[in-house]
Amino acid sequence: MKLEYLFYIFIFPGILFTTVLGLIIGWVDRKVSARFQFRVGPPFLQNFNDFFKLLGKETTLIKNSIHSLFIATPFIAFGVLSLLTTMIGVTLFYHVGFGGDIFVIMYLMMIYSVMIILGGASTGNVYSSIGAGREIKLLIADELAFIFVILVPIIKSGYQLNLENIINFQATNGAFIGSASGILAFLLGIICIQAKMTLQPFDIPEAETEIVEGPLMEYSGPPLAFWKLNHFMMYVIFPFFLISIFLGGFTLSGLGILWFILKYLGIIVVMIIIKNTNPRIRIDTALKFFWKYASPVGLLAIILAILGV
Amino acid sequence: MGWYNKRLAKSLWVFHISGSPCNNCDIEILDLITPKYDVERLGIKLVGSIRHADVLLITGVFNKKVAPKIRKIYEQAPKPIFVVAIGSCPSSGICFKDSYNIVQSREDVIPINMYIPGCPPKPEAMIEGVAKLMEILNG
Repeated sequence: MKLEYLFYIFIFPGILFTTVLGLIIGWVDRKVSARFQFRVGPPFLQNFNDFFKLLGKETTLIKNSIHSLFIATPFIAFGVLSLLTTMIGVTLFYHVGFGGDIFVIMYLMMIYSVMIILGGASTGNVYSSIGAGREIKLLIADELAFIFVILVPIIKSGYQLNLENIINFQATNGAFIGSASGILAFLLGIICIQAKMTLQPFDIPEAETEIVEGPLMEYSGPPLAFWKLNHFMMYVIFPFFLISIFLGGFTLSGLGILWFILKYLGIIVVMIIIKNTNPRIRIDTALKFFWKYASPVGLLAIILAILGV
Repeated sequence: MGWYNKRLAKSLWVFHISGSPCNNCDIEILDLITPKYDVERLGIKLVGSIRHADVLLITGVFNKKVAPKIRKIYEQAPKPIFVVAIGSCPSSGICFKDSYNIVQSREDVIPINMYIPGCPPKPEAMIEGVAKLMEILNG
């Protein structure tokens, strides 16, 4: 084990970078949402204060819950997301990858949802159980469309199953967003991210006004802090993943860094706009939307990609 | 603890209980999160679950049916938790003070840290109360 691997995991594309950037982007989200509603919004370090405050609170355990699962799931989810961000970040910034890592990334993204389900179901609370059940349904709903989205760059890059090769292919042949199938898949990808992050039109599992944050309802103290942190880390992971498979990744030369920041902020802004202009939909509507409309569009994108458009 | 208290002062999450009020105070509490007053700029957030809360806002005279439930909610809250009583009802019991069905000594039900009197108190008064709480936390 080389020392730089530790650096990758703990400092740069890994834990420290992602948490700090995620908390800052979480502030951007809250601030822009507040401006949408003609409010002032929270101060810059608000999410850091929230996180450190929650770390110092008491953790209450429920008598009827499965204590080991209840405590372990937020930290396992944090580990999964750290691994995910390290894998995507290392491929983006250092061009290090291994064959088939795109499938590992897909599975890790699924494990995060499974952790939410386990954590919510372990409490024994009614609302948490409803939230966990909805999370399962949402996972079933968006997973197929998301797989279609990921298949498009794989097909367009000549059946490369390596994230690094996909980025390199785009560096020589232009980003996939420039083609018809690419832009279709990219737009679909943003909608899938919205569902995977449980942001507004798809915040069905964590509906705050309806089932009181669903799976997170019974959490308090450090486990809740880590759940919140996990949510903010996903503000980094999913846009980075979309950038690497559709928008041509990251180059250090010339205006590469500026371009990268612009791409990242662009995706974030689109997500925040979708979040603030759409009301929450019901779970059956979400299922119908993904299976009836989103997945056929994904299939169409795949057919276009095979035709080379 | 000074550093932690400063963090706590900047992110007070508020949970709201109605202890048999007339609902005026509850409506005034909701005014706090409207664009005009917007307490999110002070880091205050209205949360739906007691497990996430740092501050309990409590309104109304506690009648005998509600009092044990208030006690239960208080015991479920993760500590440290501050209890802020909104309105004249918790502080004096105003016109209901001789009723047969209310708890005469509300401090016996839960320890109340701060009273904000008024019937109902203006949102400005509530913000001032929260600011005083923050001052105490900041030392």
